[in-house]
Amino acid sequence: MNAIEVTDLTVAYKDKPVLWDIDLEVPEGILMAIVGPNGAGKTTLLKAILGLMKPAAGQVLIYGKPYEQQRRLVGYVPQRGSVDWDFPTTVLDVVMMGRYGSLGWIRRPGRREHDQAMEALEKVGMVEFAGRQISQLSGGQQQRVFLARALVQDSQIYFMDEPFQGVDAITERAIVALLQELRQAGKTVVVVHHDLPTVPEYFDWVTLLNVRRIASGPIEQVFSEENLRLTYGGRVAFLRDRSTEPDSPDAVLGAGEALSGHSSISKREG
Amino acid sequence: MDLIALLNGLFFDYTLRTVALGAAVLGIVSGALGSFAVLRKQSLLGDAMSHAALPGVVLAFLLTRSKAPLVLVLGALIAGWLATLWLMSIVNRTRIKEDGALALVLSVFFGFGLVLLTYTQRLPDARQAGLDQFLFGQAAALLQRDVVTMAILSTLALTLLAVFWKEFKLLSFDREFGASLGFPMGLLDILLTTLLVLAIVIGLQAVGVVLMSAMVVAPAAAARQWTDRLGVMVVLSAIFGAAAGVSGAVISSLGQGFSTGPTVVLAASAIVLISILFASNRGLVWNWVRHQRSRRRLQLENVLTNLHLLASQHTDATHGHSIEVLRAMSARRGGVARSLAVLKERGLVEKVGDNLWALTSEGIAAAQKVIQERGFEPLPSSILDGQSRAPEGDGGGAE
Amino acid sequence: MSGFQIEIQLIALVTAIACALPGAFLVLRRMAMMSDAISHTVLLGIVVGFFVVEDLSSPWLIFGAAVVGVLTVSLVALLQRTRLVKEDAAIGLVFPALFSIAVILITRYAGSVHLDIDAVLIGEIAFAPFDRFAPFGTDIGPRGLYVMGAILLLNLSLILLFYKELKISTFDPGLAATLGFAPGLIHYGLMSVVSVTVVGAFDIVGSILVVALMVAPPISAYLLTDHLPRMLGLSVLFGALSALSGFWLATLLDASIAGSMASMAGLIFAVVFLFAPDRGLVAAARRRERQRWYFAQSMLVIHLLNHEGLPEADRENRIEHLHDHLRWHPGFADRVVRKAEERNWVIRLNGRLALTQPGREHARQAIIR
Repeated sequence: MNAIEVTDLTVAYKDKPVLWDIDLEVPEGILMAIVGPNGAGKTTLLKAILGLMKPAAGQVLIYGKPYEQQRRLVGYVPQRGSVDWDFPTTVLDVVMMGRYGSLGWIRRPGRREHDQAMEALEKVGMVEFAGRQISQLSGGQQQRVFLARALVQDSQIYFMDEPFQGVDAITERAIVALLQELRQAGKTVVVVHHDLPTVPEYFDWVTLLNVRRIASGPIEQVFSEENLRLTYGGRVAFLRDRSTEPDSPDAVLGAGEALSGHSSISKREG
Repeated sequence: MDLIALLNGLFFDYTLRTVALGAAVLGIVSGALGSFAVLRKQSLLGDAMSHAALPGVVLAFLLTRSKAPLVLVLGALIAGWLATLWLMSIVNRTRIKEDGALALVLSVFFGFGLVLLTYTQRLPDARQAGLDQFLFGQAAALLQRDVVTMAILSTLALTLLAVFWKEFKLLSFDREFGASLGFPMGLLDILLTTLLVLAIVIGLQAVGVVLMSAMVVAPAAAARQWTDRLGVMVVLSAIFGAAAGVSGAVISSLGQGFSTGPTVVLAASAIVLISILFASNRGLVWNWVRHQRSRRRLQLENVLTNLHLLASQHTDATHGHSIEVLRAMSARRGGVARSLAVLKERGLVEKVGDNLWALTSEGIAAAQKVIQERGFEPLPSSILDGQSRAPEGDGGGAE
Repeated sequence: MSGFQIEIQLIALVTAIACALPGAFLVLRRMAMMSDAISHTVLLGIVVGFFVVEDLSSPWLIFGAAVVGVLTVSLVALLQRTRLVKEDAAIGLVFPALFSIAVILITRYAGSVHLDIDAVLIGEIAFAPFDRFAPFGTDIGPRGLYVMGAILLLNLSLILLFYKELKISTFDPGLAATLGFAPGLIHYGLMSVVSVTVVGAFDIVGSILVVALMVAPPISAYLLTDHLPRMLGLSVLFGALSALSGFWLATLLDASIAGSMASMAGLIFAVVFLFAPDRGLVAAARRRERQRWYFAQSMLVIHLLNHEGLPEADRENRIEHLHDHLRWHPGFADRVVRKAEERNWVIRLNGRLALTQPGREHARQAIIR
């Protein structure tokens, strides 16, 4: 049974297609990168799988069952920039949030959760920072905290959104080592990755995405120049009306925003 | 005013006790819930909701002909709630930004409330609904039953806050992660906002519209300066709120023409000011002090190492150098004399002639230590040739 | 219509227009809440001014108000710069404090004088005609009209004079700075104008409702146009409409005129919010509906194209399969197929769907930009 199975996934954001007809089969126990140009829908794919965005069509199965039934099996590392690091809380506190799911409603984290969190911090090398306020952390340290939070979820599948973005070299190596450890333990790790050159080095599988799935599979088979050209060199795929239908919503699904020449006001909307 | 008499009054004077208690309750609940508002960047929501509550209050009165606090609070709550819904709708569905939507909802609801109020006042059987009270609160006219109502509602709000503490923390810090765990973040958002509106509505009676917004923001902003832990911040905020409330009530009771509402707000503002200036770590005053201290230390080290540099060009390490040379070598001319004085006190330099200074043996050692710490070798003397506007060697510059 | 009624409407009109003009820029610069803040803190300016000149109708009060307006903005900026407090919190801290100082000053020291706080905040335009402007002993109309009229002229001329600077500094402060337009100066200039307008209007509509007149008409205009001059024009129009309709509503209900003006401004906004072409809720809903169908049809043909010629095509192209695969309700799937048929994108063959040439074209085009 595949760890993750995505069929015909289509996601629209503000009425523009961001993901079209995505089919994906991810076997268990691999380290997979998702790559593509900006706006290709990589983060959207992650969010749609995790149920954070409602797809226009398609479905997602985790070990054969819908995601909502399998939450316990899935861990998530969002982008670092998605939170305000000025929030008054400590490293340990953030990591313990990973246990909130299994605690359920109202129950407070206790000794057990505390210990589990410390263990996770140990794995990412941040134990001394447990009591540190998160605003005092560097980029790499913040990333490790997020990782620890996911680790503490003790899942089978991990989804990570650009975990290598803006971290120092040491942290990057540490993260890669951690990911490989996870793979060794039989977990499945899916990572949205922005740095092409390191893909063959860090990962076993890759999915090339550009609104549509260009290719997906083991690196040796899929990570070819041809496919890369299709993903990056070709134009972004989305729905564009060529005005062959007179009454079609022309301006609506048009290419890009309509920046009218005199719209000094709408320029602000960028 | 005699402190004993004051404390006496606090405990035995019915009015003062009631007002102080009411203000304290208000301070606690708005401080606690205000913490979340401030952290979620909803500071001005308090202002908007306070104004928007007016039509609710008037309508509640119109429909029930009752001025029971619970009824009016309910009306205010519903109006505040509707205002929030409309606000969210505007921000989410149009290109209007939050500030515009806030100002719009605030003023339009308030204006509508005013229409209702003046309409009501014309009705034959309506007693003065008292706009004054709504605007400024009537803390001084609080009855025991009002305070009891406030206390009950506050306890309800605070209990819910405590029960859903970790959920609210998750909501405020990382909403998406919480959603991925399966928590219904949308519902939690609505719940937390409702609690905030409840807190505001509770306080309207005491301090009125305009000043309620301060009570939601000030204690929380002050508390943030003192701690980096959410739990401590919320508790501290509640304490600050209560303190502001009680002191406002007490000062006001001294009868010098200080009405309660504004006094409470000023007390809260004072707490914020003090916190911003003096709080450990982040306080501006400590920052300034720290900055000055490190600047002075840097200057000291610079003078020391400059002397060392000068000395290294002479075979005689005890050769004196004029203060003018040192000044020319420093980034800032001022303060060299003072640094020299301090260094002399520490036995690291000595005066060897009229305005001539040299390193002592301790001074040489100290200078070398600094150079080592900074991680570079002493500069070769050739560098000095390229750099100098200073007179060759030395020879009595005027001080 | 009585003479009084005419005068009141005139004053209301002038006030609304005087407010709409700077208000438009406030909204565009995302400083709408600053108007709320200033509307409260001008009380302090008035009080201090009053203490100095001891005359409620002195023009010095307006000057005091302008100063306090700038003070408010400066204090907020100062607080924000410490980075210890976030932007919105800074506003929420400064204005209540200043307002409280004002209220305390009034209740402590000016109790005997008629400086009614209610009046400052609420105003009462109905009384405006009673306050006459009589230079050299000839009554030429209500004072409020002349004060607001002067302010209107001031605002209008400043906007015309500095139109270019305002426009650039609003949309591109960086560019404005490089061109030497000193966006900071313009910012404070605008805030001074707002303060002056607020004070001028306070005894007509009260300072809180000035906010309504400054913010609601421009926001309504903002939903209707991208063009700055047109937005200004619409703001003025909506302001005027609010003023006049508000007056008549108040007459009908025998209620607060200022409150009615604000309510009508809100009503106008509500109408625009719902029915604006393009940006209104109704238009958006209709557009979404249209898109839903168009989208679904496109998905259908792309889905067909994806599986065309492949072994599972036989299975995938069955109509029943659409229900499972695309997660479409049977009824919905049927309608989509029918619409696609109408467009001549697909045809049915033996219970299976096949792409027509135009359908295939469209699907192909959809795949590449």
